[in-house]
Amino acid sequence: MIEFKNVVKQYPNGTIGLNNINLTIGEGEFVVIVGLSGAGKSTLLRSVNRLHDISSGEIVVDGKSITKASGKQLRRIRRDIGMIFQSFNLVKRATVLRNVLSGRVGYHSTFSTMFGYFPKEDHDIALDALSRVNIREKAYSRADQLSGGQQQRVSIARALAQKPKVILADEPVASLDPLTTRQVMDDLQRINRELKITTIVNLHFIDLAREYATRIIGLRAGEVVFDGPVSEATDAKFAEIYGRPINEDELLAAEAAKGGVTV
Amino acid sequence: MTPAPTPETAEVGAPPPPPSKKPAPTIDSKGPQRFKALFTWLAFIVVIVVCGIRVDADFVQLFSKNSMDNVGRIMNDLIRPDWSYTGRILPAMIETVQIAIAGTVIGSVLAVPVALLCAVNVMPKKIVTIPARIVLNLVRTIPDLLFAAVFVAVFGIGAFAGMLALVFFSFGLVAKLTYEAIEAIDPGPLEAMTASGANKIQLIVFGVIPQALPYFFSYVLYTFEVNVRAAAVLGFVGAGGIGLHLDQQLNSLRYDRASTIILLTLVIVLVIDYASTYLRRKLL
Ligand SMILES: Nc1ncnc2c1ncn2[C@@H]1O[C@H](COP(=O)(O)OP(=O)(O)OP(=O)(O)O)[C@@H](O)[C@H]1O
Ligand SMILES: [Mg+2]
Repeated sequence: MIEFKNVVKQYPNGTIGLNNINLTIGEGEFVVIVGLSGAGKSTLLRSVNRLHDISSGEIVVDGKSITKASGKQLRRIRRDIGMIFQSFNLVKRATVLRNVLSGRVGYHSTFSTMFGYFPKEDHDIALDALSRVNIREKAYSRADQLSGGQQQRVSIARALAQKPKVILADEPVASLDPLTTRQVMDDLQRINRELKITTIVNLHFIDLAREYATRIIGLRAGEVVFDGPVSEATDAKFAEIYGRPINEDELLAAEAAKGGVTV
Repeated sequence: MTPAPTPETAEVGAPPPPPSKKPAPTIDSKGPQRFKALFTWLAFIVVIVVCGIRVDADFVQLFSKNSMDNVGRIMNDLIRPDWSYTGRILPAMIETVQIAIAGTVIGSVLAVPVALLCAVNVMPKKIVTIPARIVLNLVRTIPDLLFAAVFVAVFGIGAFAGMLALVFFSFGLVAKLTYEAIEAIDPGPLEAMTASGANKIQLIVFGVIPQALPYFFSYVLYTFEVNVRAAAVLGFVGAGGIGLHLDQQLNSLRYDRASTIILLTLVIVLVIDYASTYLRRKLL
């Protein structure tokens, strides 16, 4: 469970990233956050694992306040939160397996990880994570030899290797083509359902949000302007979130049609 | 399936953009440019003349009969190297390479922690990076021969002083190049490691080192190349290696033997340069 209590984030230059956010996200939910560029989606997601510090308020993850945590405590909470990035953030010259194993470091002492050693169980966990995203056969390839979609699945496997309770994904499909987009979203959905991992995804495709989410949260200028199930997220509601009618390029189907792909 | 059109494919057939966005030079902009070129040449000539006067450069002396005779005699000896001398200088030649290897390896190892402390993407705290950079820059301002002279004075004549000089020199060079390479690595993996709950050392081991290691090795090899050359002249200040012999043979006017030393050094340096360049190309 993730709780936002009166969360405010002001950047050093004065920009308000988040303005008094109050949210409770329950276990196993698949939440999609939508909003215009600059609405504060990334800021919200990065506050959860404290890649960004918030200015006031509190964020509680699984009963523990990440806002008040520090040092080892903070790293323990982060270990339970997997994160997936738009640009994959893999070490490109390292092997796929090495990248996935790096998700395990939170479970080991500094000394034992210093020499890059991982016990056999970790190798099993890593290979199992790769199987879940259907790229186990790539375990010994260098990460930069994989396609974008495959790299994103490696980064999902790395997050899974953490054995997380929560997965955060910031625009995970923004640099992928429509077909790969579906595969990656399917992976995230399957993991959410099978492992009951609470999942929060930032997306800018409206149809994709409706298709995969169990709950949609709309942000505008750092405030929550919509929060409800998919059935309530009508075109009119989206127009409200965006402050204007929906554009063609906010639909994956339209993008796909442009590229000549049917999905 | 066809991929979504990218800006490049959409623009196929369009003429290539002009190589430069600068406007074509007009008569107005040509005037100052010409003046600049002229001024540069003038300044260049003035500097050379002034320097020549200061160091008492004398063209008459340079081309006098006496000088020419000397050059001729030395050249005559130099093109007849004394090959029988090779065996006697081989140990010193090996020592030279050993000084270079030891200096490079020890200096490079010491450079690693300092490079990490200097890099702001690893150490965001200025309290750490600024003093580390000051120390590094101080070390780098001192030339290797000065280090060698100082260490000869402290530890006595011999290879140890030379090695120590190269330790400091390599440390400065490798640390500087490496920290700049570290600052240029992809920040993505570092962010991912932080997000997964890694501590600083784990972040370095899994995010920084795999990205920076090829650069580091490449700089170590490059430093080794430089050090072999430096080690060859360290002997002039008594810091061991082949330089001592070269100094002696030059002083006793045995240019045939000096020639042997110079040619042997040349061969060693060329072989090492070639091997090192090959390895560095493989690394990056
Ligand atoms: N490091 C920063 N310093 C100052 N302002 C920032 C910083 N990062 C983001 N902002 C500002 O905070 C606001 C929210 O940014 P955020 O990145 O969260 O938006 P977003 O909804 O993720 O947008 P996008 O869809 O473009 O990724 C924007 O106005 C942005 O300009
Ligand atoms: Mg964003």
